[in-house]
Amino acid sequence: MKVIRQAVVVAAVTMALALPAVALAKAAQPPQQPPADFVPVDNAPPGEQIPAMPLLGAAYGFMWVGMLGYVFTLARRLQKVEAEITDLESRRK
Amino acid sequence: MLAIAAGLFAFAPFMIDAAPYEATMGLVYKIYFFHMPSAWMFMTAAITAGVASFRFLFLKRPRAEHWVTAAAELAVLFGAFTLVTGPLWARKAWGVWWVWDARLTSSLMVFMIFVAYTLLKKYGGPGSDKLGAGLALFGMANVPFIYVSVNYWRTFHPPTSVVPTLPVAMGIPLWYCVTAFTLLYIVLLRLRARLEHQRARVEALYLAEDEA
Repeated sequence: MKVIRQAVVVAAVTMALALPAVALAKAAQPPQQPPADFVPVDNAPPGEQIPAMPLLGAAYGFMWVGMLGYVFTLARRLQKVEAEITDLESRRK
Repeated sequence: MLAIAAGLFAFAPFMIDAAPYEATMGLVYKIYFFHMPSAWMFMTAAITAGVASFRFLFLKRPRAEHWVTAAAELAVLFGAFTLVTGPLWARKAWGVWWVWDARLTSSLMVFMIFVAYTLLKKYGGPGSDKLGAGLALFGMANVPFIYVSVNYWRTFHPPTSVVPTLPVAMGIPLWYCVTAFTLLYIVLLRLRARLEHQRARVEALYLAEDEA
């Protein structure tokens, strides 16, 4: 019983000392930076559009060519397999 | 559905053109409108492949393997879009083409897992379907890591909080593009799975011909 009482007293004293220390440490920390959100503006900075344009064009160009190319090859593969099925089924009859 | 997706894509450049510039990145940030939806479709394809692999391996559904093949091919396609458009944006926004941070490195890893899957399926011979499904499960396991990596590790990459806090003028074209990409993904997935179903049918017809 005595041991428990001593432990409670030690814990209470430790917390009493620790709480102001934590508060002080928090106050000493630099203020948090605001989150890096996207901020819209109406006009691009001067001279901005020319260097960015080739990168933008390359990105969209790559995606359009890639997408159309994939759709084309997929359609061709499907046509080939379906023609093979028609051929095999007509041979079975 | 294909017609709707094509229509949405045809109108997408006008939506993106109407979006405002970004204060620090200027014009080049507009790559985001195709980069982010393709990254989402890349992760969706990886999850689809993983779920179908689970069904194939543990629930013994043979047709699920066709969906693994279809989704893995789309993971390669959308992964390539993400990994090419990202560096083009980064070159201007960060001043470098590539950084080895957690987001970019884990995305490259998942992309390479699905490239490995497609090569394994093409050249692996008998038994490659089960091995490939196991590989696709590993690919899916990496997806949550890709998503949260920007919030836990230091990186130049915008955090996940950018999307919900986007101003309306930027949010409308973004969600428009997300819708277009989602429709395209569904159409391509179904068509690619159909190709696998038809290939299985051809195989069955050849077997029936040999037996006759």
